[in-house]
Amino acid sequence: MINRKAVINVLGLLIFLLLPPLTQLFGQEYLLSLFSRILIYGLAAASLDLILGYGGMVSLGHAVFMGIGGYSVGILAFHSYESTAFMSWPLLISGTENALLVWPVAVLAAAFFGLVTGAICLRTKGMHFIMITLAFAQMAYYFFVSLSTYGGSDGLSLYNRNTMPLFDLGSDVTFYYLCLGILLVFLLMGHRLMQSHFGRVISGCRENEQRVQVLGFASYRYKLACYTFAAAAAGLAGALLANQGEFVSPGLMHWTKSGEIMVMVLLGGMGTLTGPVLGAATLLLMEDFLAMYTEHWMVILGPFLIVVVLFAKRGLYGLLTGAGGRHD
Amino acid sequence: MGCSRVLEADMTDLLLKADGLCKHFGALQVCNNLHLGVEKGELHGLIGPNGAGKTTVLNLISGLLTPDDGKLFLAGCDISRTSVHHRARLGLARAFQVTSLFNSSTVLENLSMAVQAHQGKGFHFWSNAARDRQILEPASAVMERMGLADRGNIPAGSLSHGERRQLEMGMALATQPAMLLLDEPMAGLGPGGSLKLSELISDLKGEITILLVEHDMQAVFSLADRISVLVQGEVVATDTPDAIRKNKLVQEAYLGGT
Amino acid sequence: MLLFIEQLLNGLQLGVMLFLMSAGLTLVFGIMQVINLAHGSFYMIGAYVAATVAARSGSFLLGMAVALPVAAAVGMTVELTVLRRLYKRDHLDQVLATFGLIFFFNELTRIIWGRQPLFMDIPAWLGGAVELLPGVHYPVYRLAIILVGVLVALFLYLLFSRTRLGMQIRAGASNREMVAALGVNIRLLYTLVFGLGTMLAALAGIMAGPILAVEAGMGESILILTFVVIVIGGIGSVRGALIGALLVGMVDTMGRAFLPDVLRFVFSPATADTLGASLSSMSVYIFMAMVLTFKPAGLFPAHN
Repeated sequence: MINRKAVINVLGLLIFLLLPPLTQLFGQEYLLSLFSRILIYGLAAASLDLILGYGGMVSLGHAVFMGIGGYSVGILAFHSYESTAFMSWPLLISGTENALLVWPVAVLAAAFFGLVTGAICLRTKGMHFIMITLAFAQMAYYFFVSLSTYGGSDGLSLYNRNTMPLFDLGSDVTFYYLCLGILLVFLLMGHRLMQSHFGRVISGCRENEQRVQVLGFASYRYKLACYTFAAAAAGLAGALLANQGEFVSPGLMHWTKSGEIMVMVLLGGMGTLTGPVLGAATLLLMEDFLAMYTEHWMVILGPFLIVVVLFAKRGLYGLLTGAGGRHD
Repeated sequence: MGCSRVLEADMTDLLLKADGLCKHFGALQVCNNLHLGVEKGELHGLIGPNGAGKTTVLNLISGLLTPDDGKLFLAGCDISRTSVHHRARLGLARAFQVTSLFNSSTVLENLSMAVQAHQGKGFHFWSNAARDRQILEPASAVMERMGLADRGNIPAGSLSHGERRQLEMGMALATQPAMLLLDEPMAGLGPGGSLKLSELISDLKGEITILLVEHDMQAVFSLADRISVLVQGEVVATDTPDAIRKNKLVQEAYLGGT
Repeated sequence: MLLFIEQLLNGLQLGVMLFLMSAGLTLVFGIMQVINLAHGSFYMIGAYVAATVAARSGSFLLGMAVALPVAAAVGMTVELTVLRRLYKRDHLDQVLATFGLIFFFNELTRIIWGRQPLFMDIPAWLGGAVELLPGVHYPVYRLAIILVGVLVALFLYLLFSRTRLGMQIRAGASNREMVAALGVNIRLLYTLVFGLGTMLAALAGIMAGPILAVEAGMGESILILTFVVIVIGGIGSVRGALIGALLVGMVDTMGRAFLPDVLRFVFSPATADTLGASLSSMSVYIFMAMVLTFKPAGLFPAHN
């Protein structure tokens, strides 16, 4: 059944490609912003899948990297509006709204935070790891809450999206396709990565880390590299999200956000990369749909989650393709 | 000082030397001033009554445990504080008593991981590992040698107990080690399986230095060049199988214990 | 100096709250090997029930008397229906399912009590302040919290060192197989431990009621600090939870109270205030990172 998976993938891609003209045709443009968010959260969830689904590292603080990516955009834009410097010593960094500068900064900032906290978190395992990733995320959350210069808990608003040569990011359609392109590139990269020698070691760490070490791999370094890469990708997702909503706040890195991203991964299917995108779509659409009927949609979502965990561990992608997902 | 991978050309009489190793868990002294020397090229048996600390000794040698005191040398190089993966890179391979495999991966993938480790291919991010012929060929060769040639695409988790034992040893072998640590490779095998495995081991004899921990006395005495006897975390005798059989201390340890 | 003593007591009081939360949770982690994110929900339920009953009847004690068994019942129901199925699953499943529980309980309280926070009065007989030392006035209610914490710590000590049940629980936290081998009814033991943990969390929630606003989601802010306590103390260790709670309570309170002042020696007042606010809100986490760098398994690891 190789073809069934391919059919699902192509079908999904077609839907995403054709969405903007369709929404215009039916006059439902608001859907475009929802689907942009789906793509962005899909990127974040797929990046979490690298460490969670493939590497077996249960991180409950992944949203923090989104937050850092988002704040990189927000803070640099803030200084650009105010025409002040972000930093004047030891080197002068002034604000900017140029995406080609800002987004790499967002990625690097998130990767750096991932490297430093990962170096500490990965010394631990199991429950400790879960709680430490969570605690570091909360640390960053409270840090940004206390930053009154940048809006504290109210966050920062952007006057407009970042600028980029050739692309008008202000146009929702262009922005949507850019997100789609970035997501596709990431999925391709992630796929190659997990099939590579490196990916083999990462998967080995999930299943039997002691064996990996006894064979002669320094598992810690591999996991840290993977963690940092995932952090970088989530940082990019954060930068995109800040541009999409033209707003950043500490809420972006609240631990419940991390939980939601984790839910997306599980809902879609762990260790599949494409699954988490499907999971993001399902969760966000479901929120949107339930919210139309009741403001108390979480009271339905909560038990739904429990049922999924207890009875549908393979995730939607696994159900659709008839294979995939982890069955251990 | 730098330790490098043990090469064939290294002419040290003792490949592995344990010098006064001590290890305790809480109040329990499991390893007590242990001295052990394994000569290059020999098959060295390590026997002892239950609870003598045989697995602990292997854990200390492979680095899963760090000794409280004492030193450990591999080809003259102090590895007492060296990390697990670094010891493996130096040429120490380990087959576990409880098989430790990648259960959802196939036999070939398991062996490929081991070959990949030996070749030091880890931080390769883009090439497809499943199509790497430099890895597949040696992995297939080991598979054949272990008698698993027709099981290549079966997940390790679905193998029979005996096959898992064979794969476990194959994993260690695929890293082309200078020294192989075997922890009760025949445990839980029927007579047929034991025979097959002891054939595999005697086939390796002379090629690789082996430290063999085994309960099956008949197998140890027929395979080993020399045998060390471990009693309460101490090596009480090291000699040829014949001499060990006649050794009074050893007889006491075994007969007195049961 | 007077301020210092006052802050010391504040730190102690926060530490007591954290101890009540973490004592139960660390046992659940240690004995059942299950990550329970919904522990904060029991804290919240305790606070809500107590606030409602206290408001209707005018009696704080009656509120407490009703809230404790209600919370314990909710906790044991959760254990029987959801958590029990998760003991053999991996941590990821536990995280996700209990995350679902949080959604459920938070929204349920919003449906029942609405979005407006409830306010709870300090009972009259615990109102006012006493002069502990000349010049040091301290609210009686907060002293009462500290006293309750001491009593609970004493109770747990006696439970674990003097009673059969307590010894079984303790043995379970360090070696599960052994307890099962001894023929203890593990299922019942689990449910009881869970009920005990829930009651302690609810007790913390009830006592926090008059100090903080009673609102949906109130459990989560203390939950994360509880995790920090447990990680620092070592999973499964009640002693670790006690030490960890007091340390975290002190670090947090002292950081907030004095860090900006200390920084003023080095930085300009404006910088010192901003930096102090940021650093003090992060101090607990920095402290945790430092502990873990040296002791990855916490200060008192229960498992070897």
